[in-house]
Amino acid sequence: MADIKAGIRKSGRLIKGFGLARLILGIFFIFLMTLGFFLNLGIGEIIGDILRRVGMNGILVLAMVPSIQSGTGPNFALPIGIVCGLLGIVYSIEWGFTGLMCLLVGFGMAVIFATVAGYIYGRLLNSVKGAEMMIATYTGFSVVALFCLAWLMLPFSNPGMSWFLGKGLRETVQLDIAEAGQVFNNFLMFKVGSAVIPTGLLLVFGLLCFLVYLFFQSKTGIAISAGGMNPKFAEASGLDIDRNRIIANILSTILGAIGIIVYSQSYGFVQLYAAPLMMAFPAVAAVLIGGATASRARVSHVIIGTTLFQGLMTISMPVTNVIFAGADLSEIVRAVIQNGIILYALTQVKGGLKI
Amino acid sequence: MRGRKITEWIIDNLVPIIFVLFTIVGFSVSDDVPLVFFFRELSSRFFRNIILVLSLVIPVIAGLGLNFGIVIGAMAAQAALVLVRFFDAGGIPGTLLWFALSFPVALFLGYLTGKLFNKTRGQEMIAGLIVGFFANGVYQFVFLYCVGGLIKVPADHPMVKPDGVGLRATIDMGKPAEGGLQYAIDGIAKMPLVWALLLASVIGLVVLFFIYRKRRMLNRAESKFGYYFKAAVLLVAAFFLAGEIRGNTMLMNVEIPLVTSVIVVLVCIMTQWLVETKLGQDFNSVGKSQYISKVSGIDVDRKRIIAVMMSTVLAAFGQIIYLQDMGTFNTYSSHEQIGMFSVAALLVGGASVAKANIGHAILGTILFNAMFIISPEIGQAVFGQVLLGEYFRTFMVYGVIGLALGIYVWKTNRQKSLLIIKEASNSVSGYASGNSQEVKN
Repeated sequence: MADIKAGIRKSGRLIKGFGLARLILGIFFIFLMTLGFFLNLGIGEIIGDILRRVGMNGILVLAMVPSIQSGTGPNFALPIGIVCGLLGIVYSIEWGFTGLMCLLVGFGMAVIFATVAGYIYGRLLNSVKGAEMMIATYTGFSVVALFCLAWLMLPFSNPGMSWFLGKGLRETVQLDIAEAGQVFNNFLMFKVGSAVIPTGLLLVFGLLCFLVYLFFQSKTGIAISAGGMNPKFAEASGLDIDRNRIIANILSTILGAIGIIVYSQSYGFVQLYAAPLMMAFPAVAAVLIGGATASRARVSHVIIGTTLFQGLMTISMPVTNVIFAGADLSEIVRAVIQNGIILYALTQVKGGLKI
Repeated sequence: MRGRKITEWIIDNLVPIIFVLFTIVGFSVSDDVPLVFFFRELSSRFFRNIILVLSLVIPVIAGLGLNFGIVIGAMAAQAALVLVRFFDAGGIPGTLLWFALSFPVALFLGYLTGKLFNKTRGQEMIAGLIVGFFANGVYQFVFLYCVGGLIKVPADHPMVKPDGVGLRATIDMGKPAEGGLQYAIDGIAKMPLVWALLLASVIGLVVLFFIYRKRRMLNRAESKFGYYFKAAVLLVAAFFLAGEIRGNTMLMNVEIPLVTSVIVVLVCIMTQWLVETKLGQDFNSVGKSQYISKVSGIDVDRKRIIAVMMSTVLAAFGQIIYLQDMGTFNTYSSHEQIGMFSVAALLVGGASVAKANIGHAILGTILFNAMFIISPEIGQAVFGQVLLGEYFRTFMVYGVIGLALGIYVWKTNRQKSLLIIKEASNSVSGYASGNSQEVKN
């Protein structure tokens, strides 16, 4: 009896250490994959698809790490970074760069825009401590709405990007016009069975993960984490918390900007106007699924979380298609899992703004 | 000293001021908006939305902030509508059935939302926003796949998609002449807007007089200027309206739905009355400080759940009024924007996260909808593009919510830091936001 009790307690500790949500979703994912294997749904292609989607979305998820570590919570204002990235790539196309050069110039422009925007956004967050998440959400929404006006009014002359009639940019701009579609995906791409491995895309994601990991080993990175963990203590030991929060949010915004360019090149289209509006929520959900909380996140959480979340999305489409006879439930699975996990994380947040 | 007071007042009322200015500028640049069109649009939009906005007042008083979760109440009303229309009920009996069905559903869902808000204390607003998205997923699952899949329905029913699984994206509510649900409440009786406004301003004058006399008997030392000012505004309005009636101008053609306006007045009176009751006082004290309320023996969690349940039920009724006036029911999108627009409208009226009353709701609904009508006209007049005006109004909706939340938190934090300077020993919990559990671990 005592053995069993000890066993239960031990497994309880294990589950707690691994994260209950991550465990349930992990088992669900493996279950769906097995089901897909036995239903003969072409598991090789699905694995290739999952890898592509991980590389596509990974950097946007990575943007959550600095902001969570600095104590401002998940970056619900990710659309700010995304808009900066879109602006960068659109200008790069406008100036006539093509191929890899187009993406690199886009990165450069995006980083400049994102640094300025991230600084202003960080200043804003410092004056609204305690309610960052809600205000971040609406700041992000406002910026997307403001840029709907900008896409319509900014002067662009590249005929591939503007409407045939009237002023303004198109809703979606094809990257083919700059030969910049799937540049990273096709770099060193190879096949294992029917699974296509987008090597270049995964390398870019891996490189950025490594850089963020290195940053959090540096002096500034450790100071940011310390400030997020216990602001009073960090302040007492002479750290400038407000400055660190600003640095972290600049970094987060830059990652969002780079992330959307990598996303767009894999997708083949640059999506403007209302497209970035809801993009923060899947990214927040992914990092939380990976085991992060609203106040602690690591790069490993990003990799695990993105794989699990994107894996679930990819596999649920063909599986529900078979079970529900032709229905595509993947959007609903996404809505329930994504928002369920964010709600679960919110129940774990203690304190916050006392109203 | 006086200068600082004025700055303070401007910051407090920044959002309404922006909106009043915007509407005035809008009117002056787009001079070809017919007044009758404007008032007809405004009054129909006002009665369509006001109850949804009013449903937000109670949670604010109880300290839950702006309840973005009213989307769930709207979904309850829509689920009830699906049942009512499935059995082809309509007219007044159908409407009563609609109210009766949505009440228990909204009550139950409100209870669950309240439970969730107690678990996510301090983050109720973002939790409300996310739980709305979550519920939307469940709602789609039920009506897009379960109906026809798990729940057997006749495949040739006009509401069901041709393949027999799931409801159609738009559902016909039935024309009023055939005993449908469109205008089921609005269409019962109508009265001219001008007469209604005249009545309202006369009643306003009488109420103002009684309040003034009561205050004077209690010998409150407050300035009479405010009363004189309000009385003057009401008198001018009354004379203007009387002139319109005598002259029988175009404005006389604008009519308002009588029964709907009676319902609106009833909801206003009941909300106001609730604040005066024991329950309302408890809400107020929970809203001021949960800790002190708990110490003085109030069951804080229960009061908070009750507040959310009331809000959800009112939102369901509000959605009923909204849908019967719209006349078309978009199964999967009629509810989506409700939370956001209602919150924005309340904030435009001058409410904040911690302060709201029916006055804010009424003023806000008028100003917000005026902006909604006028901004495509501005886009057309100034930039030659209607689309630009529409994007701009989306920006205004998000911006207003962000701005109002930002100002509120900024002010609270500033007061808190002043407090810290005053009493260094008094530990303030808000600053360490969200990280206290790490310290314990």
